[in-house]
Amino acid sequence: MSAVPISYFLVLSGVLFGLGVVAFVFKRNIITIFMAIELMLNAVNLAFVAFARAHNQLDGLVFVFFVIVVAAAEAAVGLAIVITLAQNRESLNVERVNLLKF
Amino acid sequence: MNLPLILFFVFALIAVVGALLLILAREPIHSALALILVMVALAALYLMLGAEFIAAVQIIVYAGAIMVLFVFVIMLLNAGVEERTDWSKMAKFAGLPLGIFFLLELAHWLARSAVGATPASGSSGPITAVSTRELCVQLFRTYLFPYEATSILILIAILGAMVLARREE
Amino acid sequence: MEFIAQHPVLVVSLVKIVVLLFLVLTTLAYLSWFERKVVAHIQSRWGPYYVGAHGLLQPLADGMKFLFKEDLTPPGADRLIFVLAPMLALTLAITTLALIPFGPATITILGHPTQLVIANVDIGLLFLFAITSIGVYGVALAGWSSNSKYPLLGSLRSSAQMISYEVSLTLSVVGVLLVSGSLNFNEIIGRQSGAFWHWNIIHAGRGIFPQIIGFLCYITAAIAETNRVPFDLPEGETELVAGFHTEYSSFKFAMFFMAEYGNMITVSCLATILFFGGWLSPFPESWKWTQYLPAAGLLLLGIYLGYDTAMQMRGIARIQLAVVTLLVLGLGFLCLLPSLEPIIQGPFWFLTKVALFLFFYVWTRGTLPRFRYDQLMSFGWKLLLPVALLNLVITSLWIVYPMLVRHG
Repeated sequence: MSAVPISYFLVLSGVLFGLGVVAFVFKRNIITIFMAIELMLNAVNLAFVAFARAHNQLDGLVFVFFVIVVAAAEAAVGLAIVITLAQNRESLNVERVNLLKF
Repeated sequence: MNLPLILFFVFALIAVVGALLLILAREPIHSALALILVMVALAALYLMLGAEFIAAVQIIVYAGAIMVLFVFVIMLLNAGVEERTDWSKMAKFAGLPLGIFFLLELAHWLARSAVGATPASGSSGPITAVSTRELCVQLFRTYLFPYEATSILILIAILGAMVLARREE
Repeated sequence: MEFIAQHPVLVVSLVKIVVLLFLVLTTLAYLSWFERKVVAHIQSRWGPYYVGAHGLLQPLADGMKFLFKEDLTPPGADRLIFVLAPMLALTLAITTLALIPFGPATITILGHPTQLVIANVDIGLLFLFAITSIGVYGVALAGWSSNSKYPLLGSLRSSAQMISYEVSLTLSVVGVLLVSGSLNFNEIIGRQSGAFWHWNIIHAGRGIFPQIIGFLCYITAAIAETNRVPFDLPEGETELVAGFHTEYSSFKFAMFFMAEYGNMITVSCLATILFFGGWLSPFPESWKWTQYLPAAGLLLLGIYLGYDTAMQMRGIARIQLAVVTLLVLGLGFLCLLPSLEPIIQGPFWFLTKVALFLFFYVWTRGTLPRFRYDQLMSFGWKLLLPVALLNLVITSLWIVYPMLVRHG
């Protein structure tokens, strides 16, 4: 059973990362921008797992585990900040949060 | 056309479609659902690469907890419809072809490299999955310090989120 | 036929899936009958008794009612998510049953020997938790897409409750993992072989801490996770109309209904496997006469049903009950066949234990009052999570202590 070359997974990871960057740059809603960051992290995870399989080592998988954990912590704190911001400024549009003091 | 290749393309297509829906959706809740779709497709791809524990952790933690947090926040803040902008002419006419060209070049050089040509399998035959026991042995021996450090990181995140989200009494 | 020869695993799995799906959907329907009967008897009334003998055709009548009701979509609702939420809930509730092993025997389907489980995954337990953790979305999206106050509040409360108790659920199970050393269900059951005092809840001998605390944490967290009484504030009738499924009618409501029962069945199956020995019989292996217990039980039930048939007042009810009696007696005689006898042992004990758990679920529903929401959340985080952690610490210390003593 011939299988899928690793480069296919890496190209997919690159495509997903690129789409994440596009979403990050072009979207206005702060929550959608956060989700684009999570998409980029997922693409990087895919690259790690693909390389772990290519070199037959476990270190890539351990790193993926840590990336997931750190992403969880970051999402929690980031969304808490977003909630506070939304309550103060009444808008979730990043272009409206352009004054240091409201 | 063998089964692993077909499965890869199916899940890769689902992941890319999900990412596109994330960009093109008008409401944040649809973007969140698209991202969940991407994560589940990626979990399937991790299973194909033999990382079963990581696939399970991806679904339990990422798709089942972090994205629930996102969905909660979207529902609480009632994030409405996003405004549409017209992309600039430069983005439409030069950006997309240039992007596709870079992608093809990347795919070409990756396929030619030593790592890229390795099939995603052992020397022959199907992939032997990485057992949870091996992974956890590594996690608790070689990587014990980062493990404990991330537990402190999570504690800090919990405290930070609680302090930030508390209303001033 | 060539297709079957070339892809034996696929075809055999499809056959098993069809059989299991049929059995599960029937069980879901009759679980609703069971619940109504038991709750009614607890409340000193009769429950359904008119539609068919003892109300046994009530689920069919309910099914027809659900199919023929008008299917409303509230104005301003998000169409896609409104339709997606119940489908997601039901699909996830039934998918988990693909991982559950029903017995140890190897049966032959279409000429290929297979196990009595659809997917014997090495990380079975973890996968089951993964599927239940996505089940939160069914509830959250249902409330959001209804575009109405009560469903939104109900769904937010319900999803917050589910993710809080999910943490305690997974932690209470880790004690069993330490004892078994594997995430595979068949291996977890294999370590509990012997008689009922070797089950994980008591686990005599072999220097392992009995998992009673883990079991109690698990069953509490499981009742909260499936949104059942006493933790069903988010869908309580006097509190929030009907919670997150207020705006759903007809078949979509039936899907939520079935999803709740499906989750109950999954959680009961998991409790049986992890703490009560799965498909193992409670009697020691050396007592050979216990092999005839399934047949004996079914035949006794058939005789009782025959007596009941004769006592029925209405002709139609008599005919229906006679059919059921014949079915049960037929099953009882089938269990006596020497070829089927070893195969039927595992599923019989497994299904008996699951039925006892489901009875416990319905019994709590009829007996206990509801928690208030803040009591619920503080119970989950301030009491249940520390107790589950304590169980984990004690279990691991119990296992490691001899090694520590030996090395000084």
